[in-house]
Amino acid sequence: MMGLLAAVTIRTRTATCETQNGFCPDWIAKHWTDYLDPMWQHLQLVVVSVAFGFVIGFTLGVMAHRRRWLVGPITGFTGVLYTIPSIALFTLLLPITGFGFRTAVIALTSYTLLIIFRNVVTGLANVPADALEAGRGMGLTQRQRLWRVEVPLALPEIYAGLRIATTTTVGLAALAFFAGAGGLGAQLMTDINFKSNIVLAGGLCVVLAVVLDLVLLGAERLTVRWEFVGR
Amino acid sequence: MRFRSILALIGAALVTVAFAACGSSDKKDTTSTAAANAAPGSTGKLIVANPDNASKGPITIGSKNFTEEFILGEIYAQSLQAAGYKVKKQLNLGSEQIAYKALKGGQVDAYPEYTGTALTSFYGVKPDAVPKDPQQAFEQVKTFAAKDQITALPPTPFTDSNGFAMTSAKAKELGITKLSDLKGKSEKLILSGSPECRQRTDCKLGLEKTYGLKFKSYLPVDLAKRHSVLTDGQADVSVVFTTDGQIKADNLALLEDDLKFLPPYNVTLLTRDQTIAAAGPDMAQTIEKVQTGLTTPVMQELNSRVDLDKQTPAAVATQYLKESGYVK
Amino acid sequence: MMPASITDDFSGALDFIFHQRDAVSGGVRVGGATLLPLLETHIRVTVISMFIACALAIPFALWLGHRGKGQFAAASAANVGRAVPSIAVLVFFSAYLGLGDTNLIFAMVLLAIPPIFTNTYVGIRQVDRDAVDAARGVGMSGPQIVRRVELPLALPLIFGGMRTSTVNVIATATLGPLVGVLTLGDAIINASVYGPEGRLAGAILVAVLAVTAEVAFALLQRAATPRGLKVVRAPRFRAASRTTTVPSVTSAP
Repeated sequence: MMGLLAAVTIRTRTATCETQNGFCPDWIAKHWTDYLDPMWQHLQLVVVSVAFGFVIGFTLGVMAHRRRWLVGPITGFTGVLYTIPSIALFTLLLPITGFGFRTAVIALTSYTLLIIFRNVVTGLANVPADALEAGRGMGLTQRQRLWRVEVPLALPEIYAGLRIATTTTVGLAALAFFAGAGGLGAQLMTDINFKSNIVLAGGLCVVLAVVLDLVLLGAERLTVRWEFVGR
Repeated sequence: MRFRSILALIGAALVTVAFAACGSSDKKDTTSTAAANAAPGSTGKLIVANPDNASKGPITIGSKNFTEEFILGEIYAQSLQAAGYKVKKQLNLGSEQIAYKALKGGQVDAYPEYTGTALTSFYGVKPDAVPKDPQQAFEQVKTFAAKDQITALPPTPFTDSNGFAMTSAKAKELGITKLSDLKGKSEKLILSGSPECRQRTDCKLGLEKTYGLKFKSYLPVDLAKRHSVLTDGQADVSVVFTTDGQIKADNLALLEDDLKFLPPYNVTLLTRDQTIAAAGPDMAQTIEKVQTGLTTPVMQELNSRVDLDKQTPAAVATQYLKESGYVK
Repeated sequence: MMPASITDDFSGALDFIFHQRDAVSGGVRVGGATLLPLLETHIRVTVISMFIACALAIPFALWLGHRGKGQFAAASAANVGRAVPSIAVLVFFSAYLGLGDTNLIFAMVLLAIPPIFTNTYVGIRQVDRDAVDAARGVGMSGPQIVRRVELPLALPLIFGGMRTSTVNVIATATLGPLVGVLTLGDAIINASVYGPEGRLAGAILVAVLAVTAEVAFALLQRAATPRGLKVVRAPRFRAASRTTTVPSVTSAP
């Protein structure tokens, strides 16, 4: 046994920025690539959740736009989902869906519903009556009016909802480690004493949110300009 | 107009995906280099890649969520990879409850667990009934695990017990070297440990009962804070692991458990029977081989490289395998 | 997963809330009344944090909103605030403030400020300028305008901001046991003692607490909405306030 022991060098240590758990730019420069994998997981959580949330929220929004009485119940239900703290929701889902990506996505999706639904409904409701009138005058069917008049005019609201849902989800996904789904939060938890780690993991969340927000903003600018030209 | 809107949304999605893709392509694959370097045909310590293993299903190695587990998970994963297996990693599963559930459910094929923890947390053994002899404790785990279709592979040489530590200065000042010295002094001292420690008989409850102590208060903290609560002066006594590198680095005094209430905690790689059967004899042999060098001082050093030097567990595991001659 | 086992899990969790039992790890009783101190701590740190956050954010936002400055600050606070992970804030400041109530409350105040600040600011800016001009016309001073016209009209939105923050603070307090404060999160984080049913019980209690706070603020918000005054539209949908950003506010009705 002693023969094997000699193989690993036992070092003597002096105090460095790292051993002091400090904020160490050198360490960050060397190790930031280790955070790309968790960031990728984080991004997947956000993109998948917001995409599902958009499909569901948008569908609900269009349904409620036609049948106004649905607005109250749907708002109430998605509102309760939105209120349940994420750690609690991850935990509540464990007996049903187990640990992993799926559980995290279900919880995160449920948080986006209220935001997206509300903005879709408000956006559609704010379409000027004369625009609708013009559409009707052109002989468009209800379906055509929805896609050619109402949705395009509601786009700014819809994008606003998507942007809020996205930044919110980036922040909430940092707790997805409670559902065993990794992400930047899990990376952060590997060493919560080390300031470089906290700042890097937390900072990357903010960077991720800002980049996604800019992407959506860019898409919005592109679309809404088209709308103006088209109008 | 509708199509343009949709196009823009799709465009946004594409940019996002592209952004994500460049993130993923950058990730380092430290394990593959280890596999490539293992030259077949050598004897002794060196792990030899058996080409037959490549065709077997991937083995998923899990770990709980703290340094020693990360390092062990990496060592096992990298050594199996060196032996020619396809290996996936699911490190950072969380607490033992989560990890064991993942193991039973087949989300992971194997993960390192402490014998004492397995007995008390999974198999209903009361902490004071855990055998004080490491080998005996392991045999018990093996018997219990078999009922869950799980094989407990032979234990590591190192023992990582819970221990109670103080700063050397404080211990000297109060004249405390062993736990029974705390008698009559503990009423003025703050004890710190994980939230669960305060309710466990192999931790605070057992300490108080065995030694007849009562502390001024209890500060529950995340495991990661177990040394800084002492060095920052927020607690006087803290629950540490005996393999912690910080004990030496932070000049802490580990108090001797003179009444021997703390059970020994050696690590066994809990593996699904199914996985063992599918993987063949190379798996158990490789695991046994790489952990022979894992003595207590070595484990302390490896933990220090992560906890103090802030190297990644993956890099430290590779260093261990290379420095010990298990891989080239 | 069998549906029957799911029902078992949840009924076990309810039993845990109402009755004590031996801990999974033995040696101590958990559940039932032992949850009360955790609940009490959870509520205490939440209330203290909310008081401090309101005392800091509302006056400042009133002043900026009245002067019509700080549009950018209001927007940034709302946007960036959402993406900062609560866990990062919590552990970061624990390196400076140590462990315990002070650090937890400090972090929660930081997280509670942005929604209150933004909503108060937007609430004031949203007050019909005609109403303000009319008030000035009848000789009201600046502070009088704030107190008698702007504040009452902005109140529903301010309550909306407090509602968001309270729910967020209750959620963040769940992480307390990681930084030295035993809240209801203890049952969730510490499953090796409480067991899976205890963990589920903790989650149920945290969820109920949050929904209760939400409903209480919704009622307050409704009560604060001036009857017959249409200049300020009380958010019809509860999130109209919670998710206020400048982009959505400017395009809101």
